[in-house]
Amino acid sequence: MIETLADINWRLFAIVTLNGLTLASLYFIVASGFSLIFGLMRVVNMAHGSLYLLGAYVGFEVSEATGSWIVGILAAGLVVAAAGAALQVSILSWMQGQDLRQALATIGVSIVAADLMLAQWGGSAYQIALPDAVSTFVPVPVAGRYAMARLMLIGFALVIGIALWLILNRTRIGMLIRAGVDDRRMLEAMGVNVPLVFVGVFAIGAGLAGMAGVVGGSVLSVSPGEDARYLLSSLIVVIVGGMGSIPGAAIGALLVAMAETYGLAYTPTYGIVYTFAIMVAVLAVRPQGLLGRAA
Amino acid sequence: MTTQRFMLGTAATVAALMGTTALAQDAETITIGGLATLEGPFAGPGEDGLRGVELAIEEFGGEIAGHPIEFITASSDGNPDVALESARRLVEQDGADILVGPLSGSEGIRIAQYAKEQPGTTFLNGGSAAIETTLVDPAENFFRFNTEGAQWTSPLGEYVVNERGWDNIVIVSEDYSFPYAQIFGFMATYCEAGGTVQDKYFTPVGNNDYSSVIAQLPLEAGEVDGMYVVLGGSDAVNFLSQYAQMGGQLPIVGGTNVTDQTVLTTQGPARELLPGILSSGPVSDNAELEAWQEFTQRYQDYFGDEGLPSPSLFASNYYTNTKAALLALQEVEGDLSNDHEALNEALSNLEFTSPTGTVSLNENRQATAAIYINEVVEQEDGSLALEPLERIENVDQYLGLDREAYMELGLPSRDNPSCPS
Repeated sequence: MIETLADINWRLFAIVTLNGLTLASLYFIVASGFSLIFGLMRVVNMAHGSLYLLGAYVGFEVSEATGSWIVGILAAGLVVAAAGAALQVSILSWMQGQDLRQALATIGVSIVAADLMLAQWGGSAYQIALPDAVSTFVPVPVAGRYAMARLMLIGFALVIGIALWLILNRTRIGMLIRAGVDDRRMLEAMGVNVPLVFVGVFAIGAGLAGMAGVVGGSVLSVSPGEDARYLLSSLIVVIVGGMGSIPGAAIGALLVAMAETYGLAYTPTYGIVYTFAIMVAVLAVRPQGLLGRAA
Repeated sequence: MTTQRFMLGTAATVAALMGTTALAQDAETITIGGLATLEGPFAGPGEDGLRGVELAIEEFGGEIAGHPIEFITASSDGNPDVALESARRLVEQDGADILVGPLSGSEGIRIAQYAKEQPGTTFLNGGSAAIETTLVDPAENFFRFNTEGAQWTSPLGEYVVNERGWDNIVIVSEDYSFPYAQIFGFMATYCEAGGTVQDKYFTPVGNNDYSSVIAQLPLEAGEVDGMYVVLGGSDAVNFLSQYAQMGGQLPIVGGTNVTDQTVLTTQGPARELLPGILSSGPVSDNAELEAWQEFTQRYQDYFGDEGLPSPSLFASNYYTNTKAALLALQEVEGDLSNDHEALNEALSNLEFTSPTGTVSLNENRQATAAIYINEVVEQEDGSLALEPLERIENVDQYLGLDREAYMELGLPSRDNPSCPS
């Protein structure tokens, strides 16, 4: 009896841990774009959730039309990157450097976008069909078996994380971005077209949100209200991990997602409390976030 | 383009500013406020609920005894506080004479309390179906012409024991008043008939990743015969898709919302699990009832491709409640004097044929009506619909018990009732 009990618990624990990792992966992809944009431009992009939702809907439409999930996610990435660039050029560049005004403007954009998307796609939940190849199960030690799609999500987040790290640390663009984070004026003085870098970073950050939307819409589902949900999770992840830091976003996403999943599995309904407890603790002890630098 | 937009914007602002004064001058107009969830997990149900209101007003040609009907709406997201705020705006700022709403269980409890502060407004429920709304200290001016969550599910509990031979189930449910009501009604007859409930899993509304709960559920029938799922809107879609993705095959009985058209129209993995699900509720898509077929026809003609293939539970409930208000208004010829005295009196005594058959109110102003036991079937055109297996007439608020025996059962909660294995 005790043996079976222990057995069941370990299986559950393994599955819940894997679930936490997949949720963390999704949070990381969304929050890394958010963090990137904040790190360089000090813009708290409150429309980031809308970009996620737009990506999910575009991905849904394109993959339905073409029958290909890959085309869907690429299209979502591109369309949302373009939307992000347009947001930066048409609205935010007019108030560069005015943090509060920019945050308020993006809240406005997110409200308008939410209503437009509700008008276009209605209130029901959509699910983006995954390719058959990943709609299978993989044997996993302890847990028994686990959905391929979710493991793929973890892999996808790793690829994104490594790619971002490489771009930021090993390329000229990355150097420009890092220099911009440290000293925007000096970079400008050295003859770099900073507004263009801004547009580029905004596009990358938005594109990440758009692709995350397709991934989230495949593994979970897409419906109105997801925008606010992912904006909130990005905010918490970034506050915990440290604004503007990619490794910070990874750690923040892990902590928040793990707290949420373990919470739901072992003490249902209180999952969300743990998330905020972590945030409060971090704010009390290390206000700039775990890996953030003091402003 | 810019000028035009500016003009429109100005016009809208002016109109908004004039709104309240214009209403005060024109006492002839009767304003109906529609409150539904247009955001959050129940956005789909909310949208269809308001279609029901629109359809009822259109049926009366948009006027009652010479009084034009003005229809205004406000949104909530399933949260009682947001619903209250929106109701306040409709009643106190926009001057709604009649409020139809809200949609979700706990919202209803809050709005029924608010109704007591506003004796000059008549409240009709929209789709919300918690037990407490019309049971605990009910408001004199709050009327519910739809049956509630426990009435919907009480015939089903017995049915799965007797007809399917199930005697051990697990329950997966959202964690608020309406699912409590559904479980309460279901278990009342299920436990009585000899069934046991091994475990209940409660999740927050709008939860999106159910994998941690699914990990604790059996994937196929064995010791556990089936699972009773009480989730609504996108919560139901998310749970079912993820359970299907994990390879789950346990037979399912559904809460009323799980097999509603707002969920049945979904695409993707969730759809595979839907055919064959048993559920119960006030509507059945394929009911042969004449009133239902007429209603469905009018809904389809009026909304075409914009609407659902068949009106949802929420369209039907909002329609029924709005129609009750309009019939009563017609009877008193739009007389709203003396805090709607005549109208409220007429509503209390109203009995009429709703899309699902005759409906009347009891002393708590709670509907008594028929309930269906349904099975989800795949139709010839590939769409999913509810096929009626049985129709139970006149299910009342006390589930056939006398009032005292019913009150002794206590109010529903996470732990009440329970019948462990």
